[in-house]
This record gives sequence, structure tokens and C-alpha cells, in this order.
Amino acid sequence: MAATDVDTFVNDVTRSLELGGHVGFDSLPDQLVSKSVTQGFCFNILCVGETGIGKSTLMNTLFNTLFEDEEASHYQNGVYLRPKTYDLKESNVQLKLTVVDTVGFGDQINKDESYKPIVDYIDNQFETYLQEEMKIKRSLYNYHDTRIHICLYFIAPTGHSLKSLDLVTMKKLDSKVNIIPIIAKADTISKSELHKFKIKIMSELVSNGVQIYQFPTEDEAVTEINSSMNAHLPFAVVGSLEEVKVGNKMVKARLYPWGTVQVENESHCDFVKLREMLLRVNMEDLREQTHARHYELYRRCKLEEMGFKDTDPDSQPFSLQETYEAKRKEFLGDLQHKEEEMRQMFVNKVKETEAELKEKERELHERFEQLKRMHQEEKRNLEEKRRDLEEEMNAFNRRKVAAETLMGQSMQGSSQQIRKDKEKKN
Amino acid sequence: MIERPESAVASIAQRNLEGYVGFANLPNQVYRKSVKRGFEFTLMVVGESGLGKSTLINSLFLTDLYSKDYPGPSLRIKKTVQVEQSKVLVKEGGVQLTLTIVDTPGFGDAVDNSNCWQPVINYIDSKCEDFLNAESRVNRRLMPDNRVHCCLYFIAPSGHGLKPLDIEFMKRLHDKVNVIPLIAKADTLTPEECQLFKKQIMKEIQEHKIKIYEFPDTEDDEDNKLIRKIKERMPLAVVGSNVVIEVNGKKVRGRQYPWGVAEVENGEHCDFTVLRNMLIRTHMQDLKDVTNNVHYENYRSRKLAAVTCNGGVDISKTKNQMTRSPLAQMEEERREHVMKMKKMETEMEQVFEMKVKEKKQKLKDSEAELERRHEQMKKNLEAQYKELEEKRRHYEEEKNNWEAQQRILEQQKLDASKTMEKNKKKGKIF
Repeated sequence: MAATDVDTFVNDVTRSLELGGHVGFDSLPDQLVSKSVTQGFCFNILCVGETGIGKSTLMNTLFNTLFEDEEASHYQNGVYLRPKTYDLKESNVQLKLTVVDTVGFGDQINKDESYKPIVDYIDNQFETYLQEEMKIKRSLYNYHDTRIHICLYFIAPTGHSLKSLDLVTMKKLDSKVNIIPIIAKADTISKSELHKFKIKIMSELVSNGVQIYQFPTEDEAVTEINSSMNAHLPFAVVGSLEEVKVGNKMVKARLYPWGTVQVENESHCDFVKLREMLLRVNMEDLREQTHARHYELYRRCKLEEMGFKDTDPDSQPFSLQETYEAKRKEFLGDLQHKEEEMRQMFVNKVKETEAELKEKERELHERFEQLKRMHQEEKRNLEEKRRDLEEEMNAFNRRKVAAETLMGQSMQGSSQQIRKDKEKKN
Repeated sequence: MIERPESAVASIAQRNLEGYVGFANLPNQVYRKSVKRGFEFTLMVVGESGLGKSTLINSLFLTDLYSKDYPGPSLRIKKTVQVEQSKVLVKEGGVQLTLTIVDTPGFGDAVDNSNCWQPVINYIDSKCEDFLNAESRVNRRLMPDNRVHCCLYFIAPSGHGLKPLDIEFMKRLHDKVNVIPLIAKADTLTPEECQLFKKQIMKEIQEHKIKIYEFPDTEDDEDNKLIRKIKERMPLAVVGSNVVIEVNGKKVRGRQYPWGVAEVENGEHCDFTVLRNMLIRTHMQDLKDVTNNVHYENYRSRKLAAVTCNGGVDISKTKNQMTRSPLAQMEEERREHVMKMKKMETEMEQVFEMKVKEKKQKLKDSEAELERRHEQMKKNLEAQYKELEEKRRHYEEEKNNWEAQQRILEQQKLDASKTMEKNKKKGKIF
């Protein structure tokens, strides 16, 4: 029911008012934050990279904890995704972290289909959320959000350029998820090589139209740091949970004969930059982008696929009810049509078979007639023959009778003659 | 109230982190973003005219929402119950709030007040409808939240109890919006009268099973104590004032009487500060959340259920239907239909096959019968033929015999006549 159906006086002009004192709604953000903290947060990271490139180690280093993990073998048939969820807590903030690993990525001989399981996994999480959102009775506020908020793409530290598998995969993923490209095992590249490598990678990404995640620069509080970080992409990282004594502190590092690579030393690698950007500064923005951009895109495509529109041909906006009712009518009509079709098919089948059987019946009947005719004919023949025989017999009998009569006569005659003769004699 | 679900994912473990990670900064990020976005709140005030609604709004927000330039509804002539909406933008401490005040002039003022709540219900529903439509679009943009987050219901300070209109209104609206009942113009009641009145009202509210807005329990014990204190004071008795008076050198908002000043913000004079703290400073967000998670969801599920089931909700299947989206529901129905059709098809096939078999059998029988008869007739005919053959043979034989006989006789006769002739010739001439 529209507001105009009721006696409603709507003053839509929003005017600004001065407050005469402290009202207190400046606590609203705090109220919101305290609610979110009570509820807890969700964050889902997808790590894409070849086996052994250091995905698990980096996750361990990033979150300062040893996530239990078996080393993946190189002999997988295909790529499959392995999600693991952990409940983490830092000061009073509870985080439900899901780390999704791509097992077997880059190991096959034919890597044509490698990106598919990844895209499918991301889409499935969107789909589950969409299904929940469309339920009649839904509970979104305590729904465990499994949509991927960030994809860390691990680039092998060849020093030359991106592999074609990398470009293909990132191109398929860039419209579905926030991508941050990382150069893994960066302690194998020298400083000058690294600089060239980074430039090469970024230019290749640009020339191939791959959209990676840009740290947001609209919010004044973070503009500076984000824009400077944007220039350092892709981050060259080193991961390690082992601690080595440097100076008088224990630091996370990798010990080589020629020196110690310190993970948290900014001149050694970009690990700290990654941690800053990913966790400290832009986590909420990543979650927001996933929901407001990537998920909306998925939802829009899905709904359009199913035939939903926002406006009818006359550009009048549909109300939800109308849309559903229209769909339902269509659906019921469809069902009815199917039923009709089936019935019709049956009717036809019956007709056909009837015709067949009738034909057979007719044939049989004809045969019967034919046999009858044959039989009649034979009977006639027989009758004829019989008559012939009768006639012959009659004739013969007549002859016989005639002959006997004759004989009788002649016998009589001859006996008369003989008598006569006898009499004559006498 | 809002609980975290048991996670079904395997290998969840509680980790305590060693060293600094950084996601503890997440709440700050949320804070920053929410400030940037700004906030919205819609407050509805309902009550008979003259109960001081406009004054209370002005006092709550320390501003002249209704002023000379924008006169409040109380100063306008109204014939029927109206719903009036005013939007203001206020800023404080860097936080922007778009406040929408919805007033209902004319409520309860007529002689016959039946259905005077209807325009209010219609307004609330229409805002939910707008939100539902915006939420269900294919192309969604940031949706403004114009749903009514809180409804302050003003009870006249009779000192006796609730009026039938009060009860009726609250019963009809308690599952559509957060209802907070207030005792208006509380400065006409002495503290004892006020206490009795409050007890009476709460008793009646419980009797009629009216669900007013409940403050959620928090994990903090301190907060819980405060909340319990507030609950004891419900319904809140308020006084509003647009006028600032000087009392003991302090400037306070109050009402000047010959016998003294009733101070609005004095906790011993009335519950105004409690209301303001609760409504604005501590529970504004919760009011919005309850509206979103409970009242709106109720509206939505009712609406969608009606659409899905075409008005005919099968009680036995309702539970299952509710857990699906309307489209999934259609899918399920489609599947059921397909199964039904399959069954029908097999049945029809069976019947068909049986009939065909019958007919074929009949034909076969006919054919066999035909064959049999044909055979029989043939045999019959053959028998007759044989008989005829016999007869003929017999006859032939007879004829032959007879003819042979005749020939002999003939011969004899010939011989005899020849002899006679011979005899005659020989002189037997007489």
C-alpha cells in the first residue's frame, strides 16, 4: 500500500537543524561497534598458488599461529579446494577465520581447467548466501558468511614475468573476488631484480585487463597510507615461524649461510606492508567490497538468468509481489502445459495402436472371407462332381434297366421264339 | 538475543595468538566506515493531541523541530487521523544523523475512534514494503532505511489505568514495531500516584499480553544492573519543555509553576533523562536491529508466504516451505509435479499395454478359431470328396462289371442268334 493511499503528509525535504546542546547520538558508532564485537567477525581468505610456494607458511606467519596442515602432494588429479575454519581472538575481538587452500594448483600437465574449481567454489559461497537471502524465513544476522573476502594470488619468484596460468586464472577471478597479487619466496630475488619484476608484473596485469584490488583512497584517514601501498604492489613476501636471535631480540626469520632474512624487516621484504593492508587497515573494506560489489554482481547475473527484471516493458517498476506472482503463473502454466503434452502424446499413441490393430483385424477378416470363398468354390466343385456322378449313375441305371428290359424282352422274345419254335415243332 | 550459531565446519579450533597480528583494529575500521556512511533513525510518536508530543521531541533532540516556520501538526487543522513525516539532518561530534519524525495528529481525538490505528499500520507496512521491494530488486543500490524503528506511545496521565484505545493500539502494533509506552505530562502526578499508575499500567500490559520493547541483556554485569533499574521504571513518565529557565544559577529546561519549577532533566522529577539515554545514547542501534531482524523479517515472511502459496497455506507443509525461498519452493513443486507425472505416465502405460495385450489376444483367438474352422471344413470337404471317390469307384466297378457282363451276354446272344441263323439256314424251315 503506497503512502499516498493514506492521509499522509510527507515532507521529504531534509532540513539541517542546529542542536541546542549535547543530545548524545554521537555514541551511535560506538553502539554499532560494540554490537559487532559481541557478534564476532568473519573473514575468509583464499590462497591460490602452486604447491610448495609457501601459502600455508605465509598464513601461519600472518596470524602468528601454527595452523595444522599436512603438506600437499604434487600428484593430485585436479585442483581441489580445502577450507579450514579457525576461531581467533585478539584483545576483545573474535574472528572466525576461514583459510581456503588450492591443492594441486599448477601440478597437472594440462592446466586448462585449473581455474574452474576455484571459480566454482567462489560461486558456491555466493549461491549459498543468495539462497539464504531469498528464503521465506531467513536468519541472516547469525549466518556464517563463507564468501571469500580476499584472494591472495601467489606468483612464483621467477624474476621474469607472469606465467600464462597466472594471467588466465586471475582474469577469471577478478570480477568475482578481491585479488591481491603476492610474490612468494621473495628471498630468492635480489633487490634490483625485484624492482624490475614488480614493474613487469603490474604492466602485464594492466595490459591484460586484470582488475586487482586497489586499497581505497576516499577516506581521508587512510588515503595517504593506502595510496602509497598501492604503489608497492605486488607485495614481495617471505614467511617463517622460526625465530632467530638478531641483536638481542628474537625475530621471525630465515637463516641462510650468507645472512638472515627477517620477515618483519621492511627493507628485507613487504610482509609488514601486507599485514598492515590486509588486517589492520582494510579488512572491513574488503568485506564491504565483497558484499556490495562482487556478491551483487553475482546476484544480479543469477536473477537475470532466472528471468527477473526490475521493470516491465513499459518501464513501470515491478513490485516483488508482482514479480513472484508472474513467475508463479508462468510456472503453473508450464506444469499444465507439460501435463497436456503428455496426455496428448498418449492419445496419439492410443490412436496409432488402435489403427494398427484395426488394420490387423481387417486383414484377418479379409482372410476369413477369402477362405470362405475358397471353401464355397470347393463345395460347388464337389456338388458338380456329385451331380455328374449322379447323372452318370442314373444314366447307367437307365441303361441297365433298359438293357435288362431289353434282355427281358428279348429273352421273352427268344423264349417266345423258342416256344414258338417248340410249338411249331410240336 | 543474537547468538552465534554452532559452526558445522570441521577443524575449528580456538587459537590464542602469540604476538601482534592486527585484526583487533577491525572495530576501528567499522567505526570509521559507519561515521562516513552516516546514520538514519525513524521515530514515531502516537497519542492524543495535547499530550505534549511535539514538545517532547524538541526536548529530546534539543532542537526546534517544530517551530514558527515549520509548525507542528498540533497547530494544524485535521479532520481524520493523519500520518506526518518530517526529515531533519543533525550533526554531533562528527556523526551525522538523518532523523525522521513521524507524527500522528488526530489520533484518538474523534468521537468514534474505531480503526484510528489503521493509518499508522498502513504507514509502517508501506515503509516495510518499500524496503522489501528495494531489497528484492535485481539492481540494488544502497537502500535508505525508512522503516519505523521506534514508536513512542503517549498515555494520558489519568492515574487510573490504560484506556481501551491504548490497549487496542498497542495490541495491534506490538508485532510490527518497537513500542515504548510513555506517561505524558508526568508533572501532573505525584511520585506516589505515578508509582501506582505505572504498576497498574504494567499489570494491564501483561494481562493483555502486549509485547513492548524489551531491553536486551548484555554480557556486562554493570550494564545489566542499569538495565534492570530502567526496567523497574517502565513505563517512563516524561515531561517536556521548550523553555529554558534559570534555577539556582543553572540554566535548565523546565516548566515554571507558581509553586516551583519542574525540571525536565532532573531524574527525581521525571524519567526524561532515562528515556533520552536509553533511546539515543545506548539503545538506538538495538532498536534498529530489532526492527530489521524481527519486525521486518516477520513482515517479509508473511508477504512472501502469501505470494508463494497463493493464499492457500497448507499447514502441514508450512514448516518446510518457510525454510525455502519462493523460487526454491517452486523448484520443489516442479520436482513433485515431475514425479507425479512420471507416476501417471507409468500408470497410463500399464493400462495401455494391458488393453493392447487383450486386444491382441482376442485377435489371436479369432485367428486360431478361424484356422480351426477352416481346417475342419477342409477335412469335411476332403471326407466328402473321399466318399464321392468311393462311390464313383464303386459305380465304375459296377458299371464295368455290368458292362462286361453285358458284353458276355451280348456275345452269347450273338452266338445264339448266329446259331439260330445257322439252324434256320440248315433247314429248319417249316
